[in-house]
Amino acid sequence: MAYLELDRVAKQFGTQTVVDDFSLSVGKGEFISFLGPSGCGKTTTLQMIAGFLDPTRGAIRLEGKDLTAIHPAKRGLGIVFQSYALFPHMTAAENVAFGLEMRGVPRNERAERVRAALAMVGLAGYEDRHPRRMSGGQQQRVALARALVIKPSVLLLDEPLSNLDAKLREEMQIELRQIQRTVGTTTILVTHDQNEAMSLSDRIVVMSQGKIEQIGTPQQTYEKPASAFVSQFLGKTNDFAGTIDRTVAPTQLVAGSWRAPAPAGLGGPVTVSVRPERIGFGDTGLGAKIITRIFQGNHWLFQCDSECGPAIVIRQNDGKAQPAEGDAVRLTWRAEDMSVRARADA
Amino acid sequence: MSMAAEERSLRAPWVLTAPALMLFVGVLLIPLAMTVMLSFHDWGQYKGIEPVFILKNWHEIATDPYYAEMFWRTFRIAILTTLLTALLGAPEAYILNRMSGRWKSFFLLVILGPLLISVVARTLGWALLFGGNNGLVNKLLMSLGLIGSPIPFMFTETGVVIALAHVMMPFMVLSVWAALQRLDPQIENAAMSLGAGPATIIRRIIMPQIMPGVLSGAIIVFSLSASAFATPAIIGGRRLKVAATLAYDEFLNTLNWPLGAAVATLLLVALVLIVVGSNALIERRYAEVFR
Repeated sequence: MAYLELDRVAKQFGTQTVVDDFSLSVGKGEFISFLGPSGCGKTTTLQMIAGFLDPTRGAIRLEGKDLTAIHPAKRGLGIVFQSYALFPHMTAAENVAFGLEMRGVPRNERAERVRAALAMVGLAGYEDRHPRRMSGGQQQRVALARALVIKPSVLLLDEPLSNLDAKLREEMQIELRQIQRTVGTTTILVTHDQNEAMSLSDRIVVMSQGKIEQIGTPQQTYEKPASAFVSQFLGKTNDFAGTIDRTVAPTQLVAGSWRAPAPAGLGGPVTVSVRPERIGFGDTGLGAKIITRIFQGNHWLFQCDSECGPAIVIRQNDGKAQPAEGDAVRLTWRAEDMSVRARADA
Repeated sequence: MSMAAEERSLRAPWVLTAPALMLFVGVLLIPLAMTVMLSFHDWGQYKGIEPVFILKNWHEIATDPYYAEMFWRTFRIAILTTLLTALLGAPEAYILNRMSGRWKSFFLLVILGPLLISVVARTLGWALLFGGNNGLVNKLLMSLGLIGSPIPFMFTETGVVIALAHVMMPFMVLSVWAALQRLDPQIENAAMSLGAGPATIIRRIIMPQIMPGVLSGAIIVFSLSASAFATPAIIGGRRLKVAATLAYDEFLNTLNWPLGAAVATLLLVALVLIVVGSNALIERRYAEVFR
């Protein structure tokens, strides 16, 4: 049975629907990311789980119990806010101890657990520091310790790393993942950073305009995007306009001069999505001309003008000779490297 | 940097602030120094002011219990007014801060509006409501038979404190409001998610963080109340003098300028000491919140 379950949850502000028909089952110990651009409803969904907002429709259940009926102070969820929302007038230890104090944990045990929590996030010895005297990364760790020390049933992270610089963010991602694996807390992360979502989560929920676009593992959402939005949002991609040609047998998928056996269940105009790193140069395939060639150390980046519009190709720098700018090339890829969707606009 | 340029850049701040500095010295420092000097001069009913250096006025203030009572009353009124504005103004600012956009701007205007009206007019309003047998409220309550005689408001310390608190309220609300603006908007949610109820959130999370705002508001209200003139003059009248009205009377009624100057100087010095002292205390106590 699902540990945390969101059942057709919707939120409306006046006439505006911010989240619509959101259904998701989270298993115990799972790390889930809500990924999407700002305004897609991911934070609103998180706030409904936290209890700061009430859903307009739908149900949220934790271990089968209706969560929306429980006051936010009694839900026992750990939350890390984007701004950390630490209590500036309390020391790091007092911040972490606050939740335990509210639960009536006796003083001795409290001190012990606070020390352990701060040690877990690598802040042993910082007990008596005030938040304003700590760096962003340290404040972030205090916020994490404060949320985890109460042994929450679910840990909610609202863009926790977005205020850190790139290098620190990467370090914290790794650390966050390790801590989450160690304590095994079911975790939901809200983020607009696709790399963060991919490197941290077991499953990603890609959202756009209040709706779920796709739920899947990082590989699934990257390799087999369910919609044009997902393929565009998760990394770079090439979308080629193609058609399914039924006049020949077996039916063929045609994009420019590129041909392949058509996948089942589709007909008429389609969009063929291929990741830039999956395209190679061959003798047959989509005709293209290389406009620019950029060397980026471990790989080459080609911008091409193809029969089906602009295309980007990334090739590993494997020491072999690469085509030059202005060369005419043929772009080719394996059938399993593309995803084909019916084209709506045609 | 060359020597000349360095010299110029050293001089620049002085040159640039000179006009303001001259104004400051001309209209504040010089009159102030003259007032202090005046307090050491002699005065007699028939001889007027004599520019000599004596301690007669200071001796009179120090020994005559009349003045001790006066200053004690002044600071008692100021302290009570400060407490009243803090008790009402801090919750007022908190509620205001939680209001949604349109109501917030409307009520902010309601709170600040009185600042646009003269203190005299606002204080006279109180007098019209509670002034003796003809006060509107008194008349109403007496005609209803609820009270037999007018509520004692005019010429009482209570009346002065209430009217002063009304006049000073915007300063407290604004000061607390400024502190509330610095609060992390998610801080209450954070406390709530950790299991804190509304009362605990206010007591443990909000109060400590807005305390600096309350205290700086208190300093403003206290110093303005202790040196207030119009409200004590109208509500307190001749019967209930405070330091400011006493100085005024010495200057303009008795014409004993040196004694008035001594009273004014003492009020100023006491206020400066209290304000600077409490400010230093507050900054030390709330160093972490101010940072």
